[in-house]
Amino acid sequence: MNLRTALLAAAIGTVAVPAMAADLTVKITNLTQGIAFTPLLVAGHDSNTTLFSAGMSASASLQAMAEGGSIAGLSGDVTGAGGVVQENPAGGLLTAGQSAMTDIDTGANTQLSIVAMMLPTNDGFVALNNLTIPTVPGTYTYNLNAYDAGTEANDEVRGGGAPGVAGFPVPGPLDASVGTGGTGVNAVAEGFVHIHRGVLGDTSSDSGVSDIDSTTHRWLNPVARVTLTVK
Amino acid sequence: MTDLFKRRAGLASVLAASVLLTGCFGDDDDNDSKDKEYYIYEVTVLNATAGQPFSPLALIAHTNQYKAFTVGEAASTDLEYLAEGGSNSQILEGVADDNQVHTTLSGEGAVAPGASQTLTLKVEKQDAKSAYLTVLTMLVNTNDAVVAARGVNLSDLAVNGYHRMNAIAYDAGTEANTETAATIPGPAGGGEGFNATRDDRANLVTAHAGVVTSDDGLSTSALTHLHRWDNPTAVITVKRTR
Repeated sequence: MNLRTALLAAAIGTVAVPAMAADLTVKITNLTQGIAFTPLLVAGHDSNTTLFSAGMSASASLQAMAEGGSIAGLSGDVTGAGGVVQENPAGGLLTAGQSAMTDIDTGANTQLSIVAMMLPTNDGFVALNNLTIPTVPGTYTYNLNAYDAGTEANDEVRGGGAPGVAGFPVPGPLDASVGTGGTGVNAVAEGFVHIHRGVLGDTSSDSGVSDIDSTTHRWLNPVARVTLTVK
Repeated sequence: MTDLFKRRAGLASVLAASVLLTGCFGDDDDNDSKDKEYYIYEVTVLNATAGQPFSPLALIAHTNQYKAFTVGEAASTDLEYLAEGGSNSQILEGVADDNQVHTTLSGEGAVAPGASQTLTLKVEKQDAKSAYLTVLTMLVNTNDAVVAARGVNLSDLAVNGYHRMNAIAYDAGTEANTETAATIPGPAGGGEGFNATRDDRANLVTAHAGVVTSDDGLSTSALTHLHRWDNPTAVITVKRTR
C-alpha cells in the first residue's frame, strides 16, 4: 500500500465512523400462517441489559409478556436502565403474514431487542434478543425464532393471561379459530426460557386434549423476520 | 407431456453449457464472444430434508427490483403452478420478458432427499454488476410448499468467491394443507398438481408451518413422519467460477 492509498483508506475510514445515535427503521413480519403476535416491544438498550437469557428462568416482566402479552413491565425495565422503546407498532395484534414498522432512535444504546407473545400458546413468544446494532448504514435482515418462557404449563386450553393463571387468553379476532372443550395437555412449566418445542394441538374444535388446532396453529422456525434499516 | 418438456429443457441447457465452454477456451478474437462476455456461476442446491423430493429447480437472475413473491401478499399464478404441481416452466417463461430479469435456468429433474444438483448459470457481464439470484423449488409431498432463496447477491462475488445460505420452506397460500393423497402430487400422494382454486386459510404467502401427518393425528393425511421436515430445507451454494 503506497502512501496515497493509505491516506485514502484513512479518509474512508473516517467517513465510516458511525455517529453515536443509531437512527433505525424496524420492520417486523409475522411469517407464520396461523399465529398472532400480541403488541410488540421494540427496545434499544445497553449491553448490560437483557430481556431474557435462554436456559435461565424468566423475569416477572418477561412472564407477564409471554403469558398475557403485557409489555408494560419489560418496557419499564428497559427505560429504567437508560434504554428507549417503541411500543405496539402494529397497533394491536400482528396477524399471520402481516408486517408492522416503526422508527426508533436508540441513541447511545448498542443493542436491539424485540419481543411479543405468540397466540394461541401458553407462554410462547417471538424474540430478537440482544442484537448488536450494525454501525454501517444499510439494510439488514434477521430471522427470529419462537421461545417458551418456561413459566406456564403448556396445557393448550383457553384460560387467562395474567401471570400464573393457567391457559391462554383468546382475544376476539382469534376466537373463531381456537377450539373449546379441550381436556388439557398434561404438562408442567419447564422453569427456564428455551426454544419452543411447538404445540401438540388436535383436530377437534370442541373436544380432544387441546383447544389448539393442529392444522392451523402450527409453526416452524423462523416465525418472524426483521428488516433493519440503519440510517 | 410435462415430463417430456422438462427433459427437453434439460437437454437444451446441457447444450448451452457446452457452447459456453467452447467460448470460454476460445481466443479473444472469436466473434461470438466479443460482443457478450459472461460471468459464470455454479449453483449447488442440496436437499436437506428426509423425505421431500424437490421439483425441478427454477433459477432466476435479476436486479434488486424483482421479487418472486412477497410474504403477506398473494402468490402469482405462475408461482402457484410451481408450488402446487412442481412445474417451473410457467414462472421461468413468465419472467422472460421482465426487464428486471437477466436470465433464467431450469434444473434437470427432481432432486432427491439428501442429493444435490449443480447448475451452471451464465450472466452477461454488464448484468452481473446488478445481479441477484432467486432459487425456487417445490417440496413435492406437500400441498403448496415452496423452498426459496431470494436475492442472493451475485454482484459482490469475485472469481472463486461464493455465498452459502440456508433456505426455508414457504407456504404459497394457494391451496389448503389438507395433506390428502388426491392433493399431493409427489410420490406420497400421486394426486393433483395445479388447481386454479385458491382455498388456503388466507390467500397470501407465509412461512410454511410444516406438515401434521397421519402419524400425528391427522387421519386424512397421506403423509407420515417420513415427510416431516424442519428448516433449513435446502443449503444453497453459489460460486462464481469466471
